[in-house]
Amino acid sequence: MNIHEYQAKELFKRYGIPFHNGIVVRTADEAFKAAQELYDPIRQFAIKAQVHAGGRGKGGGIKMTSDANEVKAFTGKILGKQLVTPQTGPEGKPVDCVLIESTSEIDIEYYASIVLDRSVYKLCLIVSRQGGMDIEEVAHKEPEKIIKQHFDLEQGLSDKDALSAALQLNENKELAEKIAKVFQAMAKLFIEQDCSLIEINPLALMKNGRIIAIDAKINLDDNALYRHQETASWYDPAQEDPREVDARKIDLSYVGLDGNIGCIVNGAGLAMATMDIIKYAGGEPANFLDVGGGANKEKVTAAFKILLRDPKVKAILVNIFGGIMRCDVVAEGILAAMDDLEKSGLDVSKIPLVVRLEGTNVEKGRQILENSSRKIITAASFEEAARKVVGAIA
Amino acid sequence: MSVLVNRDTKVIVQGITGAHGSFHTEKMLEYGTRIVGGVTPGKGGQSICGVPVFNSVKEAVNATQATASVIYVPAKFAMAAIVEAGEAGIELIICITEGIPALDMVKIIHWVREKNIVLIGPNCPGIITPDECKVGIMPGYIHKKGPIGLVSRSGTLTYEAVWQLTQLGLGQSTCIGIGGDPVIGTNFVDALKLFEKDPETEAIVMIGEIGGSGEEEAAEFIRNNVTKPVVAFIAGGTAPSGKRMGHAGAIISGGSGKAVDKIRSLEEAGVTVAPSPAVIGRTMEKVYQARYGQKSRSRI
Repeated sequence: MNIHEYQAKELFKRYGIPFHNGIVVRTADEAFKAAQELYDPIRQFAIKAQVHAGGRGKGGGIKMTSDANEVKAFTGKILGKQLVTPQTGPEGKPVDCVLIESTSEIDIEYYASIVLDRSVYKLCLIVSRQGGMDIEEVAHKEPEKIIKQHFDLEQGLSDKDALSAALQLNENKELAEKIAKVFQAMAKLFIEQDCSLIEINPLALMKNGRIIAIDAKINLDDNALYRHQETASWYDPAQEDPREVDARKIDLSYVGLDGNIGCIVNGAGLAMATMDIIKYAGGEPANFLDVGGGANKEKVTAAFKILLRDPKVKAILVNIFGGIMRCDVVAEGILAAMDDLEKSGLDVSKIPLVVRLEGTNVEKGRQILENSSRKIITAASFEEAARKVVGAIA
Repeated sequence: MSVLVNRDTKVIVQGITGAHGSFHTEKMLEYGTRIVGGVTPGKGGQSICGVPVFNSVKEAVNATQATASVIYVPAKFAMAAIVEAGEAGIELIICITEGIPALDMVKIIHWVREKNIVLIGPNCPGIITPDECKVGIMPGYIHKKGPIGLVSRSGTLTYEAVWQLTQLGLGQSTCIGIGGDPVIGTNFVDALKLFEKDPETEAIVMIGEIGGSGEEEAAEFIRNNVTKPVVAFIAGGTAPSGKRMGHAGAIISGGSGKAVDKIRSLEEAGVTVAPSPAVIGRTMEKVYQARYGQKSRSRI
């Protein structure tokens, strides 16, 4: 789960990671008041749109100014808008709140993050002198400028390891010690709050000698949210694709894509493979949708609803490998789902539907579909299904 | 021969009285698996499908000499269930449960490795040696005994691949579902080691997906250590980066984790990568015949 910068900084506060004083606002007037409160003649205001995406500066979601009126004007301009950045996709993300900070001047920008390195079952502190830039680009072009320090979950990040990483950023012992403290606080936060990513980019050395987390990005492990009620409550559905939010409510796993062939599949791996084979057959998948290994009628109905309400979807491919779940039950579920949807006013006959069933009682399942009054295109194999669904909209 | 489980493996079921546990206990028994006991704290003395229920793994092991355990308990209790099994002397733990926090798994994996316990999963379909022993949730009938070892991060995609093999007459020695989470007990390399050593396994199918670097590590291992032919498929080639595709482990971030990189590494290591998920079976058929010739089909 993603959280906003201001929420990540709330966690930073608890773990002693320094950042600039700031106030979260939801109206232009609040922004003006915040600016008055934070005003300091030798400092500037940073106005930052709070969205779950990076690249906000490039998208016009961040502004620096020393004028409180401009704080009000800019906040008013971005609030309620969709912010489009290189990471959001063309539809952008809504700006529902804005963080106003009082900032001083930056001297040097570093990069620091912690992730789980699953190949060695350890955590990994990643730091670089190339802060403030797209770190993936740095890793690609100048991999020698990325420093990695693995550490054990049980022991945490030791004084020695933290300092040695910090010294790679700044040889000044006193400054390196300050930076090392930040690294150790990040490590503690990561472990105690069940994070999957903490990223500070840039982590800045200010002209006044302080070390400051200018930005803050934290992803939390969804599986561990049950034991972190407060951070779990920070979930912001407005930042997600509304189709994904609908799906999540009923325990479906959905990811919207750019194509026009909707897919309903059981199991994540098979769902990915189905997207792949559609592309292989010359089509473009509209989504990834996993109804779960043991899909039932309710889930199939809900999945159909999500796809039929999506105007981009021009055809639907259902690919179910009935293992424990029998194909005849799946077939009946599909027909019942269509009846339900028709009753609720959706025109289900407009969209070509290709169904590929395999597994237990497959013959019975296919017969049920073929004998129904619905126009359902059946396919005997994975390949045939993809070909038929792509053909249906060609 | 086969790997990890066979007709003699005695298995207990942790969480046997739950809906999943009891349902799959019945299916495993139907398949012929030697389910010798179940565990649910506080429910000792009952019986499920004729299988005695114990209050603890220790009691179950003492009474039955089971060496393997399959876990169907809810995510919150799964870590404790793994520890309990390990402390009671279980050598092979198969954790079906999904939704376990990643950092819990990191702690557990260090612990099981120190104790030389094999942990499969979590969030996996389990393991099956066709006609002998099925431990997990996979449909039994799609499998057929034979020379192909299969290892996969997926569930239903594994069934798809197995089904393709079976329909072509290519049976399986053992199929291992290693699970779709970022942190798993048995990885591709561990499974490949077992298949390389197993005299009954003549060729290997490996089903990977986007995210992580397990496939790249497997490629490196295959290059230096695997003499048997390997066929692979990597799911998620069309997935955009930054989006998690159902499995917690299936997310592309940074430069690594992409299907193209994984496919390149595997091909460079001599693995034949199936271009489409529809031809995993046929790709193996070709590779198998190229190595062993037509006559080998009589052995299948």
